[in-house]
Amino acid sequence: MASASLISLSQLPVGANATLRDFPKAGTAFLRLREMGLLAGTTLTLVRTAPMGDPIEIKVRGYHLTLRKSEADHILVEPAA
Amino acid sequence: MALPAHITATAAGATSRQPVYALVGNPNCGKSTLFNALTGLKQKIGNYPGVTVEKKVGTAYSQHGQPITVIDLPGTYSLAARSPDEAVTRDVLLGRRADTAQPDRILCIVDATNLERNLYLVHQILDLGRPVILVLNMMDLAARSGLEINVDQLEKLLGIPVIACEAIHQRGLIELKLAMSRADLPLARHAWTVPAAIAPAVSEIAAALVEGDRKSPLVARAEALLLLTDQDSVRVAGSTPLSPRTTEILRAWQSRWTQEGTDWAGTLVSSRYDAIGALAAEVVQLRTEVGPSTSDKIDAIVTHALWGWVVLGAVMTLLFFSIFTLAESPMNWIDGHVAALSDTIKSAMPPGDLRDLITDGAIGGVGGVLIFLPQILILFFFIGLLESTGYMARAAFIMDRLMSRVGLNGKSFIPMLSSYACAIPGIMATRTIEDPKDRLVTILVAPLMSCSARLPVYLLMIAALVPGERVPVFTKVGIMLFMYALGTAGAFFFAWLFKRTLLKGEPPLMIMELPPYRLPGFKDVALHMLERAWIFVRRAGTVILGISIILWFLSAYPKAPEGSTPTAQLAQSFAGRAGHAIEPLIKPIGFDWQIGIGLISSFAAREVFVSTMGVVFNAESADENTAPLRTALLSAKWPDGRTLFTPLVCFTLMIFYVFAMQCMSTIAVVKRETNGWKWPIFQTLYMTGTAWILSFMVYQGGRALGF
Repeated sequence: MASASLISLSQLPVGANATLRDFPKAGTAFLRLREMGLLAGTTLTLVRTAPMGDPIEIKVRGYHLTLRKSEADHILVEPAA
Repeated sequence: MALPAHITATAAGATSRQPVYALVGNPNCGKSTLFNALTGLKQKIGNYPGVTVEKKVGTAYSQHGQPITVIDLPGTYSLAARSPDEAVTRDVLLGRRADTAQPDRILCIVDATNLERNLYLVHQILDLGRPVILVLNMMDLAARSGLEINVDQLEKLLGIPVIACEAIHQRGLIELKLAMSRADLPLARHAWTVPAAIAPAVSEIAAALVEGDRKSPLVARAEALLLLTDQDSVRVAGSTPLSPRTTEILRAWQSRWTQEGTDWAGTLVSSRYDAIGALAAEVVQLRTEVGPSTSDKIDAIVTHALWGWVVLGAVMTLLFFSIFTLAESPMNWIDGHVAALSDTIKSAMPPGDLRDLITDGAIGGVGGVLIFLPQILILFFFIGLLESTGYMARAAFIMDRLMSRVGLNGKSFIPMLSSYACAIPGIMATRTIEDPKDRLVTILVAPLMSCSARLPVYLLMIAALVPGERVPVFTKVGIMLFMYALGTAGAFFFAWLFKRTLLKGEPPLMIMELPPYRLPGFKDVALHMLERAWIFVRRAGTVILGISIILWFLSAYPKAPEGSTPTAQLAQSFAGRAGHAIEPLIKPIGFDWQIGIGLISSFAAREVFVSTMGVVFNAESADENTAPLRTALLSAKWPDGRTLFTPLVCFTLMIFYVFAMQCMSTIAVVKRETNGWKWPIFQTLYMTGTAWILSFMVYQGGRALGF
């Protein structure tokens, strides 16, 4: 797949599905996100953003998870066609 | 008395030793509900020594009446700990804590609606090589969301007992208790292959753990895997450190992999999820695709850009409305009974110091705490309700952006909000904040939120400030709101300041699950409420009782000549002298020694100021709402004849009460929650210092402007 089709999770529009592709390897936040099931190849849906635009809410592996845009900026996803 | 030999022998015999189960699971999976259902009221709540993590131990009874000990460990998503709570769970399971023996067996509870993520923790726990019972909770909800889970198949694949259960409806408990009382429990059959790139490191570290740290081989392997995933491990007091050799080997592998560019932690997590994925594929079937869930529909409103704020505002209004209205009649009832008890003793005992000590010191002091109990109970009831329904997480979600402006996260919102009622439950609620620095900052600023004990002081001062009945009500309300706003602004300012200077750290994370909305289990909420309220009574009560007795002593001795008025007695007592002693300090902010006595007595609880003023100014009835005290205050003069309670002084006094740390019970709770005197002392100094400086500016500025 062309890397041009990858966008950061924070750029994903509300309601869109995407597949997680890349992720920083270091950092407490990213290790915890991995342990909560966000891995390369995992599919997710951007459910909504909080009333003030941050944090965001995603649906992954059947549950809802919230994270800040500052983390979502570093998560690369491939939007579903 | 010595017991007959055969009884002691049986009691000490290995065969009859109570099995110890550790109960573990993800947050929001119904763990507390199961714990309550298993143990009923047979729970003991304490603390793990050295850390402020709650230790809950209960006794369950098997179908044959045999006692079984259950330790409820803090909820976690992984054994790679990110907070002190999670570190305790990890350390107990790994047998790293000297104060808690390694549990014999482990009870893993998972949310059946969300099996994959929940099984991650189970997967780590199976590595420990202990007998495990897996409880699939919320089977009803799983079925409703169209999931079909083949329990028998899961049991076969894992090789351990798997019990389907609905803890909130008490379903599956008998099966669970039967499994728990089995003499032999099989070990997990589920094997997974450690990725080849990492396997040599795992065996080398495991060997070092067996030799250097005296771990059993299976625990050593599990711990080695954990050490590799968990790079910046959270260590807490009471946990045994690793041997230097193990640490050295671990470092060597890590630096080698860093050079080679191997993502070892990621590889480990992925391979676990691969194994779980394979397992889930065989066990879980999505029978029917269901549309948006009820939770989704609720969230569409509750977290809506506009309606979200309306709902949040409504919930908060309801909370405070309940605290201030529902609590009123029980508070009056308590007040009445405390006064009646005091009167009974007064008429039954001859006058004297012992009588006064009992009535004014002990009963007055304990009554001073009990009066807040209705508010505290309502507050804890609401907090429990918000937590168990899932709204708490939404409130944090909505508020996160605002809280992040001062460097905190959404989880600090509820503790700070609770502090409007009383800082003590607020500070106790900070335990849900994972990051220790965020938690500390929240504790430090929480008492700046105007609590209900300040209310009588504000009311008295407002009454003295705008005495006329002609003054429109909204002026009074306006002044009151200004004080609340000032405290809130102060709390945010200091949070911002502390996060930037003293407690600088990583920007806080906001990685949080938004659990589906659930109907609250009222039994659990009630239990939670009573538990917390009891902690409040015990902690605050003992401190206030002690302080009240000391304050009584200070105001009763040394004795004034026989026949003196109470006012004269107080004036020449130790408290009166202390008031004189601090007068040079408080004169620049417009207070005289008599107000000084009030400030000192406020350390028992701020509202004591009102009754102290009643004694100091010899008012017949000391109540913030009645005219005599107001009139007495307004006629009080400085020795040179100037009016003491000018409007400016009343206003300055309110400012002082907004910021000053004057509550011994809060100090005691902060000491407990921060494990030492350092932070409560710092908090008292910075708050009272700010109060003085601001009061000075207001008073001197006001005088310069001619007020």
